[in-house]
Amino acid sequence: MQKENVAKFLLACLLMFVSVNSQAFTAKEPQEGGDAKVNTEEEIGEYIDHHLADSHYVNFFSDGETGAHYGFPLPVIIWDDGLRVFSSGGFHHGEDLVEIDGQHYRLYHSKIYKTDAEGTITYGENGFPSNERPLDFSITKNVLYMLLVSLLMLVMFRALAQSYKKRPIPKKFGRVLEPLVLYVRDEIAKPNIGKNYRKYTGFLLTVFFFIWILNLLGMTPLGVNVTGNIAVTMALALVTFFIVQFSGNKDYWKHIFWMPGVPWPMKIILAPIEVLGMFTKPFALMIRLFANITAGHVIIMTLLGFIVIFQNWIAGPAFFGFTIFIAIIELLVAFLQAYIFTLLSALYIGMAVEEHDDHHPADNEDIPVL
Amino acid sequence: MEKLVNDFSFGLFFWQIIILVTLVILLAKFAWKPILDALNEREQGIQNALESAENARKEMQNLQADNEKLLQEARVERDNMIKEARQIKDKMIAEAKEDAQREGEKMIQQAKTTIQTEKNAALADIKNQVATLSVQIAEKVIREELSTKAKQERLVEDMLNDVTLN
Repeated sequence: MQKENVAKFLLACLLMFVSVNSQAFTAKEPQEGGDAKVNTEEEIGEYIDHHLADSHYVNFFSDGETGAHYGFPLPVIIWDDGLRVFSSGGFHHGEDLVEIDGQHYRLYHSKIYKTDAEGTITYGENGFPSNERPLDFSITKNVLYMLLVSLLMLVMFRALAQSYKKRPIPKKFGRVLEPLVLYVRDEIAKPNIGKNYRKYTGFLLTVFFFIWILNLLGMTPLGVNVTGNIAVTMALALVTFFIVQFSGNKDYWKHIFWMPGVPWPMKIILAPIEVLGMFTKPFALMIRLFANITAGHVIIMTLLGFIVIFQNWIAGPAFFGFTIFIAIIELLVAFLQAYIFTLLSALYIGMAVEEHDDHHPADNEDIPVL
Repeated sequence: MEKLVNDFSFGLFFWQIIILVTLVILLAKFAWKPILDALNEREQGIQNALESAENARKEMQNLQADNEKLLQEARVERDNMIKEARQIKDKMIAEAKEDAQREGEKMIQQAKTTIQTEKNAALADIKNQVATLSVQIAEKVIREELSTKAKQERLVEDMLNDVTLN
């Protein structure tokens, strides 16, 4: 009975998210200096691109008729011959230029460019703006949500840690968190890393919950797409890469540069392949998470876009239902991608710290030559 | 690909690295360490509790076996004691019987002896009395026989007659 209620509640939440998301469409999000409605294919494509990109604003809702935005600007921090800090409110969603020390900056497609006083954007051969870009260290929407999630995690897990001081079995929300912590420890860290698992469990737990919570946030109508950003996944993969390289033992390096148990010409051939493998592993981690989350967002937004394009009583409910179906799958993917990233990180660490007893020529001598 | 490169935000990368590393360090210190330690401790506790329960069960079994053994021993001992007691009883009864018989015989013997003695004494007494009486009677008879002169003379005569002169 209770289970049924929970299922109903979750379904209701999902319906709400999807409907609010689709509303956001017709109401139009900020489009730098753009016009009101989003209802042609090009506009929807641009809208999706805009959603996938990072932003200097947090916008919950925009009014298409009046062009008013409901949200707040974020601080811009740029390095351009000295640190310059100002509020992104000065850009007025790309409509105005910001002038500091005689230098003009323009916000164009969520990126800050240096321009002349008129805000001219010149295009290079590849079709992208060729204007000079200052180093942008702004607290963007993604940075803000990462900070919020970090804070949330600190609060949640600190509370869980404290609860163990009072009683051995946590109460309330801790009962939800504990099995997840145990899951990461027992199903991801222990079997893949081996006896030294304790040292790396902290990193794996952090990464798992960080990715999962951000993936789930991406499912809400807040318009967050943190884990679907390649800069974020690159940072995550890079940390894994460095942890793997720094915890690699003698065997690990030996297996890369001088593979035991194979004839010497093979050793020479294998070395560059193994060295390449060092880099392809984190690269795959980076691309996998980025592509999966981006694809999820694109599919859901495209399906919602179809409702806007067709605007009739058959396509509307059909695509609405289909969106819910995909949203449920995305809910699974949110967990799955966090799990896979953590699992593979654990696996790579495990390979680096493993004590090899096999592959030794002495062991292979007993194998009869057929 | 070009779009991806163009869209790459170094600032976001920079912040993500800083946030992630800080988060890992902070969580590891303030959350994961106490949580994992508590979980380990709890699991160890459960393990120990299970082990001690198992030990207690085994000990209980041993105790029960010991009890059973003790009970068995006690039962055997009791049986032995009863058997022994019965033997002693029988022996005592037999001895007592024997003693009683012997004593009885002795008493009978004594009684017989006493009776014999008493009988002898009585017989002797009776003999004496008869003798006395006889003498008295004889005296009285003699006295009677010799009360007159004529009788005395006749007696003498009889006696003289009896005495044949050879």
